[in-house]
Amino acid sequence: MIEVKGLTKRYRDVTAVADVTFTCAPGTVTGFLGPNGAGKSTTMRMICGLTPPTAGSATVKGVPYRRIANPGRHVGVLLDAAAQHSGRTGRETLALTARVLGVDAARVDRMLELVGLADKAARRRVGGYSLGMRQRLGIAQALIGDPSVLILDEPANGLDPEGIYWMRTLLRDFAARGGTVLLSSHLLREVEAVADRFVVIAGGRIVAEGAKEDLLSRHGGTRVRGEDPAALGAALTAAGLAFRTAEDGAFLVDAAAGDVGRAAARAGVALLELRRADGGGLEELFLSLTAGTGAAASAPAVEEAAR
Amino acid sequence: MTAATAPLTEPARPSLARLTLVELRKTTDTRSGRWLLIVIALTAAAMTPVVLFAAPEHERTLAGFFSASLTGAAFLLPVLGILSVTGEWSQRTALTTFALVPERHRVAAAKLAAGTALAALCVAAALAVAAAGRGLAEATGRSDAAWTMRPSVVATTLLFAMISVYSGMAFGMLFMNAPLAIVLYFALPTAWTTLTETVDALRDAAGWLDTNRTLNALLEEGITLEEWARVGTSLAVWLLIPLIAGLVRLTRREVK
Repeated sequence: MIEVKGLTKRYRDVTAVADVTFTCAPGTVTGFLGPNGAGKSTTMRMICGLTPPTAGSATVKGVPYRRIANPGRHVGVLLDAAAQHSGRTGRETLALTARVLGVDAARVDRMLELVGLADKAARRRVGGYSLGMRQRLGIAQALIGDPSVLILDEPANGLDPEGIYWMRTLLRDFAARGGTVLLSSHLLREVEAVADRFVVIAGGRIVAEGAKEDLLSRHGGTRVRGEDPAALGAALTAAGLAFRTAEDGAFLVDAAAGDVGRAAARAGVALLELRRADGGGLEELFLSLTAGTGAAASAPAVEEAAR
Repeated sequence: MTAATAPLTEPARPSLARLTLVELRKTTDTRSGRWLLIVIALTAAAMTPVVLFAAPEHERTLAGFFSASLTGAAFLLPVLGILSVTGEWSQRTALTTFALVPERHRVAAAKLAAGTALAALCVAAALAVAAAGRGLAEATGRSDAAWTMRPSVVATTLLFAMISVYSGMAFGMLFMNAPLAIVLYFALPTAWTTLTETVDALRDAAGWLDTNRTLNALLEEGITLEEWARVGTSLAVWLLIPLIAGLVRLTRREVK
């Protein structure tokens, strides 16, 4: 259980995080989404008592993090995989954590095994690790105290597809056993597959929050592709349906599939594709929500042009 | 949830002894850390032939070998102290350290305790090297000076070694940057010494505030009461104030 209430962080005249409130329930994975610099890491550091908030509060399992006697036994934290001593071996890094937490030294090898860093890799110094290996070490470090809450900042960064799949399974299992997971990302695809809930943050403020299904159906719309794109576009406009052009020439329409199909039928346009815009739904949501907090309301189009 | 929440007290927080052992392990489990300790040991051994061949014969006492073997340590123990603190920031391990132990002053206390142990180890090693040196001098017929030494010298030398590590840690916590802390640690007292030697009005104050002078009394036999007072005064300025300011900074600083 993680409860964040009105968390705010100001640096001189810059507000990094403004009045952020959300709750992560046991048994769920919460995806904390936002572009770089949105305030995700600052929020997570405030939850873990590493950054003093300007206002607001956060509790983990009902207690402010800094009042947990042995926090590593309740909360697994990975805030930056690169923040490891480059001169220590992977095994030694974990052994030190095990000592601080007072867990059985045998857990060190079990965790190394679990994250796929056993044997040779464990004896190498962290300075020679790839980013993906550091992420695996960081996850081992977060899990070594057998916590019931996980707070992970960009854990998928640097992982290969196999590693991302592995972590997805690991986090789903963790939540299925009643654990609470908060993980941040700007890589939307793998969060979409693992999270039950989303908290989307941009410019330090929460711009969307809710269950995955709700957010996707609310923002997904319909994807349609016609034999004659120009005629289809005209038909949609005539029917008063707002749409955007996807990168492959299809249209993303803010309407139900039935309305889109009828509009095309009236104009006699042959359709090649008509379905709910699922795969890219979150990406669309993410772009529209985060860009909306920028200067122009038409920013999604700009974002698309920029790609 | 406006009522005060009960803290999660189980499992218990790590004891100070446990944290101290962890900090000790952290000074020896990296190549750079091990090398620093090896260099301290090597300088101790390297000073033995210097005394054996270059020092006047009447100084080839056990005490003579002892103080010579600590020449390197006097310079390197503060560096050890500085690096044990600044390493957390330069290697960014502070993120893990303080996430696992949110009571940051306890980490600082563990570092000071670990520094005490290392200082004691250094002095013990220096004693062993000194005994070997004196024995060598005997065997080679290069000394018939004293084999004995007042135990109080060992005690004050240990104090000197501890002060060296603590001062380094204090500067490390205050500046949180190894190059800056090391340069200032050595430059500030030297600048102060130079200043007091050129400005007449400060000459009296120097006898009380210049650690280059006051602390030397700790390495010699028969320290007087006034010398103790000078040690205390100079340490208030060069150890206590940086240590308190450093602890305040450490507990408040945002960890990134």
